[in-house]
Amino acid sequence: MSTGRRTVLGFGFAAILAAATGIGANAVSHADDPIVIPITIHWSHYDPDRITVPVGKPVTFVITNTDPIDHEWIVGDAALHERHRTGTEPVHNARPTEISIPARSERRTTITFAAADTLQYICHLPGHEAYGMVGVLTIAPGG
Amino acid sequence: MRRTRFHGPDPAGRRGRLALGLSGAALAIFLTATPALACGGLIGPNGAVNLLRTTTFAGYHDGVEHYVTAFQFAGGGGQFGSITPLPGIPTSVVKGGDWTLQRLIRETNPIFAEAAPAASSADRLGAVELMNVKIDALDITVLKGGANDIGQWATAHGFRLPADAPEVLDFYAKRSQIFLAAAFDADAAKARGQQVGDGTPVHITIPTANPWVPLRILGLGKTAAEPVQADVYLLTDHAPALLPAPTGSNGIRLDASESASDGLLTDLRSDRGMDWIPQSGWLTKVAVDGTAGQLDYDLAVDASGAGRPSAVAAGLALPSDPPVQTPVDMSRLLIALAFVGVGLVGVGLIGSSRAGTRPAGS
Repeated sequence: MSTGRRTVLGFGFAAILAAATGIGANAVSHADDPIVIPITIHWSHYDPDRITVPVGKPVTFVITNTDPIDHEWIVGDAALHERHRTGTEPVHNARPTEISIPARSERRTTITFAAADTLQYICHLPGHEAYGMVGVLTIAPGG
Repeated sequence: MRRTRFHGPDPAGRRGRLALGLSGAALAIFLTATPALACGGLIGPNGAVNLLRTTTFAGYHDGVEHYVTAFQFAGGGGQFGSITPLPGIPTSVVKGGDWTLQRLIRETNPIFAEAAPAASSADRLGAVELMNVKIDALDITVLKGGANDIGQWATAHGFRLPADAPEVLDFYAKRSQIFLAAAFDADAAKARGQQVGDGTPVHITIPTANPWVPLRILGLGKTAAEPVQADVYLLTDHAPALLPAPTGSNGIRLDASESASDGLLTDLRSDRGMDWIPQSGWLTKVAVDGTAGQLDYDLAVDASGAGRPSAVAAGLALPSDPPVQTPVDMSRLLIALAFVGVGLVGVGLIGSSRAGTRPAGS
């Protein structure tokens, strides 16, 4: 077999392998796509209530509220949550880390976390945190 | 135990004396308020509700449950409301008698205790409005629907449901999808001249073969450790069997279980809408004295004398699911048909073989 023929066959094999494994041109665009993490709210609880995401990559949270009452998904550190516990904002959505989810609806928000940390996501509507609407978000390095 | 007794035919004086007895008794199941309208004594700025002790009467006779509860005006203004699950569709919701609850309290309290806007008929959200009634400052709507339907209806009508409402509504809707929503207009009550402490009794008539008294709803909006106190009076033809049994340690306690006195029955019968009271009956008083976390059940009542209260009615078991229609497994069906075929062939062969050996002429 000639060198040229082997080269063509080699490229052909590589192309088939790339197509089969999804690597190649697609891999470049997928690398920038957000990681999608669904969160379901049912009976005033988050599912899952523990999530780990990588530092520096966009993450889209798709939050589905199956309850007939409104909820919130507010992610942040202890100081932020302390402010919200006594806050008076009736509705959030101005910041990607503070989302109001009306009854029986879905909301999406995309966040890129800059540094490793451990945060909480909480619903600060009256009584909801005490009822257990609390989750832990771990931002892990090296993602 | 000594019990205070109510004597005398003087309803006016009776009401005056009974008002003292009412001081420990109050309304049912207040849970919500519209954020825009929330104010006054019952509703805090964060939607918290100051519950008073609840007194409820559930009488069961001739297949009909008579549920009497009172909504007490506690001052303030604005609106607040309640949702009560019911075991069936009521045939009527009317103003209750003036002294039924107070008279029951007198019957069982020890002597030392004595010393001391109309809803829209449009169904836009899935819940069906079966009945709209206005009683004094109360707007009452009987609803039919699942947990989400009722929750969304309540939210759309200004009720601010607490965090545990989705779970609690689901708990009830799995057994009965009938609810009674009551919106109390404190401003209207004030305009009517109602004083703080005045109660508006409501009498709900519910044909049902399976009476129960909602207890779990009393803990709605409370944390697990918060206390819940209520008095539930039952009047039944026979001594009832209750589930769960009131042990005291489970959050409910049996305070009285006795043949209803003639005096009590006569007094109750003379109140508005209470002519259904039978000539004899059994009086039971169940005191709810526990925490919201304990009250994860309702009180099922078997008044038939059979002694079999329903675990489903108590919320301890789910209604049996309808038979599941499983798809036919063709391979198993073919194997079964093959066995049947082989069997039939076998029977045929045996039959023909016997026919062949049968003696001629027999």
